[in-house]
Amino acid sequence: MAMNGKGEELDASKLKVLEFDGIVVGGGGSGLMASLQLAQSGFKTAVVSKVFPTRSHTVSAQGGITCAIQSADPDDDWRWHMYDTVKGSDFIGDQDSIEYMCQEGPKAVFELEHMGLPFSRTEEGKIYQRAFGGQSKDYGKGGQAERTCAAADRTGHALLHTLYQANLKAGTNFLSEWFAVDLVKNGDNQVVGVIAFEIETGEPYFLKSKATVLATGGAGRIYQTTSNAMINTGDGTGMVLRAGFPVQDMEMWQFHPTGIYGHGTLVTEGCRGEGGYLVNKDGERFMERYAPNYKDLASRDVVARSMMLEILEGRGCGPNADHVYLKLDHLGPEIVHKRLPGITELSKTFAHVDPVEHPIPVVPTCHYAMGGIPTNVHGQVLTQATDGTDNVVHGLYAAGEAACVSVHGGNRLGGNSLLDLIVFGRSAGLHIENALKDGITLSKATNDDIDQALVNLNRVNISSTGEDVATVKAELQKNMQLNFGVFRTGDLMEKGLVELETIREKTQNIHLTDKSSRFNTARVEALELLNLIEVAQATAVCANERKESRGAHARDDFQERDDENWLKHSIYFADTKEVTKRDVNFRPKTVQAFQPIVRSY
Amino acid sequence: MDAIASKSISSINLSIYRYDPDSGKKPYMQDLSIDIPEGQDIMVLDLLNMAKEQDPSISFRRSCGEGVCGSDGMNINGKNGLGCITPLSEALKGNKIVLRPLPGLPVIKDLIVDMKQFVDQYKKIKPYLINDEEKPEREIKQTVEEREKLDGLYECIMCGCCSTACPSFWWNPDKFLGPAALLQAHRFISDSRDTATEERLDQLEDAFSVFKCHGIMNCVSVCPKGLNPTKAINEIKKKLVKRAL
Repeated sequence: MAMNGKGEELDASKLKVLEFDGIVVGGGGSGLMASLQLAQSGFKTAVVSKVFPTRSHTVSAQGGITCAIQSADPDDDWRWHMYDTVKGSDFIGDQDSIEYMCQEGPKAVFELEHMGLPFSRTEEGKIYQRAFGGQSKDYGKGGQAERTCAAADRTGHALLHTLYQANLKAGTNFLSEWFAVDLVKNGDNQVVGVIAFEIETGEPYFLKSKATVLATGGAGRIYQTTSNAMINTGDGTGMVLRAGFPVQDMEMWQFHPTGIYGHGTLVTEGCRGEGGYLVNKDGERFMERYAPNYKDLASRDVVARSMMLEILEGRGCGPNADHVYLKLDHLGPEIVHKRLPGITELSKTFAHVDPVEHPIPVVPTCHYAMGGIPTNVHGQVLTQATDGTDNVVHGLYAAGEAACVSVHGGNRLGGNSLLDLIVFGRSAGLHIENALKDGITLSKATNDDIDQALVNLNRVNISSTGEDVATVKAELQKNMQLNFGVFRTGDLMEKGLVELETIREKTQNIHLTDKSSRFNTARVEALELLNLIEVAQATAVCANERKESRGAHARDDFQERDDENWLKHSIYFADTKEVTKRDVNFRPKTVQAFQPIVRSY
Repeated sequence: MDAIASKSISSINLSIYRYDPDSGKKPYMQDLSIDIPEGQDIMVLDLLNMAKEQDPSISFRRSCGEGVCGSDGMNINGKNGLGCITPLSEALKGNKIVLRPLPGLPVIKDLIVDMKQFVDQYKKIKPYLINDEEKPEREIKQTVEEREKLDGLYECIMCGCCSTACPSFWWNPDKFLGPAALLQAHRFISDSRDTATEERLDQLEDAFSVFKCHGIMNCVSVCPKGLNPTKAINEIKKKLVKRAL
């Protein structure tokens, strides 16, 4: 029975049921890595994706995969990469996870190469690696490293297409253009699948599974200006919060330094890795002042803040002095065309300049959520008991940007997101594979359990009056942009929190005017708004609560890092809207933990 | 940026193809007048988003907004392209713009076409690296020159603009593979790491798969990524002919 305009409520008896060993919600890099692992092992696997998989946002990643594969430098060491990542995270990245990622990374990168990923090559025929921000040799003592494995400046595209192709080969079932609405949770607090509908027909289903992986990506669309695709609406995060599970470090949003002015589209950090640099209106290479050693390749939070300070202090470019320039014209056409062909296209299209001849106008743009659904290194989702201990949520996994295994802590290094995707997508797949082999027993969901997961969908479907989705979304985005941006203060955040409460009330009362069954994008957008509000409110509450400046979270009223009180993860539950703390892991298995030091570049 | 400003157009007449098979109504063109911000050259996708604010039932696919994901292929004033990277200044005729779904594929709703045929053809060419040799511990080596052979091939975003602009694909969508799938076929044939070149060529050796391409080159003129499927198809034809001699 397809959903239609008759205002009929759905219940468990009206749903079709499909059953799988494993379902993966999201068809980006981490999802396809997890599904590949399962499908190759012969398990009945489905990828549920609201877009055709190669439309997922991984496709936009440009610069590369940071990983110590010892191509550019035969002496490179994953421990140096680990050190950089811990430092980049401003010391709230979990060191057991970072260790796992940096150590396992090379294996995963070579696997991708064997699958056919068209990496750029060195003269010796090895994978090409370029310099990226925050990269060092010898634990910060050996100067700039070149550690980011690249396929020109289209690494994400190459990666995602390769993974889609490998999944076709492995026989993964694709439920393409299906929208997952909510998790189905049984009486034992275990997750046994999701409610989803096929967008083309409007037919609702209960997708039953022994393991559900949330690989739903980011949620940059809570902000007005973002590099994120329009589909990045935090769907998995919304589902988890509504199911009563927590999220972690949601105040930590990365603003990427080089979004194209007026549009938000990204040009890769690889531009600076290849020798580009930023200038203010006086033509001054201002990063030399803020980060004397690493200059334009300091970590992203540092560069973005420096740019904003230049603009706030009146040294911005253009008639409104509201952006700076990224200079590439000194590199010559050879480097620009060969190494950065994609950004040449983008800057011609969106900034109307050819970077070979003119600098690109840029401004920081919301780019990446370091926070997300807390997991262990196996991708198992964690919840926090009242006494503060971690408990595994059986049946539920998360990976990629949606997750917070916490390898990025307070600030992600460039090139570490693609590595995160492949390493932890794979580790979630591996864990599920082993669990399936051992035999998974989850208790059944009752009809009441299923009906509970239909509440939101029903509310949207039967709405007959109420708020306009596009208007409420615009209010939400404006509020987040103004009150929870690059620089934050208590007063503005308090005001923003009050406004968000009003916006939440409106989201509870939205009106879906178009009730048709077939490819109803208005229904999808209404449901996405219900996810955006969950993410926005989690972000806002945590940002106000963390009374210090760390990583991407910069407060005017608490400018110092406070290790005594906040060398911690923040944990947020939607039902209480309260923040608790969780210990950061300082127990790597094979190396000594890196202790917090003053972070300078 | 200034093409629009200089023409000082502030209101656009959008004519958009509407069809919902469930409604029982025949397809029709809906006319909307849309005010656009002055002095800015917005993209066709921006215009569509504004149209959707007026009428939320208008349906189209979109995602990245920067020409990389391939969601929003459509027919813009008679030519296939991506809504998100086609500026109004390029697309407008006077102050009018006509948007239709990509031609030749079944319409699901409004600008949304059923891509099944397109994807099925892609799957037929075995779009993945085949290399049955024992894998090295590190990467399979590839020289800079070998890797360069993949440039212009691997960048395809599967938007469907090319195949749906191709008369040969319109006539034989089940037997002629179409420019997009053939570009991919050549991407794997050209990869020094792929060991299945002969099998790949065997599979293409019939009267339809490749040889129904008559070099019309619509694919080249519409490709939003500036790729050249005709050239790739000719390379495949050459390899097939050379093999037969």
